[in-house]
Amino acid sequence: MTWCEAPGYWLGHEVLQNYGCRIASGLLVTIELVALSTTLGCAIALCIALIRLKGPAWARGAMAAYTTFFRGTPLLCQLFLIYYGLGSFRPFWQSVDLWWFFREPFYCALLAFTINTAAYQAEIFRGAIASLPRGQIEAAKALGLSRFQLLRLVVMPQALIVALRPLGNELITTIKVSAIASLVTLFDLMGATKLAFARSFDLSIYLYAAAIYLALVEIIRRVLALIEAHLTRHSATDNPHARAL
Amino acid sequence: MDYYLSLISFGPHGWGRPFLEGAFVTLSLAVATLPFGLTLGLAIALMQRSHRRFARGFATVYTTVFRGAPELLTLYIIYFGLSLGVQSALKSLGFSTQFDMPPFLAGMIALGLVLAAFSSEVWVGALNAIPRGQREAAAALGLHRAQAFRLIVFPQIMRIALPGLGNNWMVLLKETSLVSVITLPDIMFYAMRANVVTKEPFLMFGVASLIYLAFSIISAVGFGVLEARSNRGHAMHGAAR
Repeated sequence: MTWCEAPGYWLGHEVLQNYGCRIASGLLVTIELVALSTTLGCAIALCIALIRLKGPAWARGAMAAYTTFFRGTPLLCQLFLIYYGLGSFRPFWQSVDLWWFFREPFYCALLAFTINTAAYQAEIFRGAIASLPRGQIEAAKALGLSRFQLLRLVVMPQALIVALRPLGNELITTIKVSAIASLVTLFDLMGATKLAFARSFDLSIYLYAAAIYLALVEIIRRVLALIEAHLTRHSATDNPHARAL
Repeated sequence: MDYYLSLISFGPHGWGRPFLEGAFVTLSLAVATLPFGLTLGLAIALMQRSHRRFARGFATVYTTVFRGAPELLTLYIIYFGLSLGVQSALKSLGFSTQFDMPPFLAGMIALGLVLAAFSSEVWVGALNAIPRGQREAAAALGLHRAQAFRLIVFPQIMRIALPGLGNNWMVLLKETSLVSVITLPDIMFYAMRANVVTKEPFLMFGVASLIYLAFSIISAVGFGVLEARSNRGHAMHGAAR
């Protein structure tokens, strides 16, 4: 018996034991998808937020359209638009040597989740950066800081504290919505569970999957609370609302 | 170009009419779920602030579970769980008829339970914003608790909760697309079917996303108007933003 069959064995749950290894590897796919898309999305989101705050008018408009579109349509629709829609232009992708990317459901899901979470994260960063008092930026400029220094030393350290909680919520949302990757034939945690249910018709397997998702979300929530407490230790006051500023 | 336009037209081979029907089903599901989810959410919020430990514990467990589990998983559990449950209940009563859970009802229950969990947070925030003194004043005037809630607290929390509930509505509108996977004939369902028939996935899912986008933009504008209306006479700082 391998380690991934153990939980099912201990619980005396035959289906969980038989599909334990598939569910474990599905969990790994879910974690990979979420970790990669959140990280890539974060980098893209920062660029979008900066363009929306400081860029030329046409770029600001384009970025506003991007965030409106990807926040205003269901992720399921975006995933299908990429996996089936872009995937249908096979001759084109083959001619530019990108077919290997659009052929794989994993890459399509990764792309869909990345551009979707980037749109949401961009709005979070934009709000956080805009919440800083104007005087600080003027003061930094008066001190002769370059634009990059201003960003690195003054804006980002404060904006990240404001953004941390909503970014954490966005990470949790991404974990939850990643379940729809199972609808493009990907065996993530949800996909593996669906397979186990389809073959056994044992509904309790879904409850175990829900418990795994809940555990994942709860662990992240706790870790984020610790990080937030660490980052805001300098401004510890009795008034919880004072921390936001 | 004419070919593509004919595909999404209202003509005999166009998918315009199915998309319109799908849009109606999507809206119906969202509108039907809203009162159920918001009422349950308010009840959970009142439990969260209750003096009874059991009620508070239940509210915490409820929100943790339904905010943490993927909506798709919740939908499957409700759909298959109720199907199998009713089936075995019928069997034990001696009926041998096949029972199929209506996808609309399953979607309404699943999305309503999730909406309740998320909206309860909004309700709690709004309830916390009502000063304690108002309740004491209401009690001093001889109103009993239900009257105080209906006449004094509720009209005020509606105004405070409106932006948060607007967000809940937008999320709900997009989440209804999940119910297409248990064969509810909504926008997504017809887009998938049109893709199978016409082999034009980019066009069909593009049209579907534009319909959702239109709904989202209309909702955003609508909530903007509602918020402006409900903030009449409160134009201190909030409204200026």
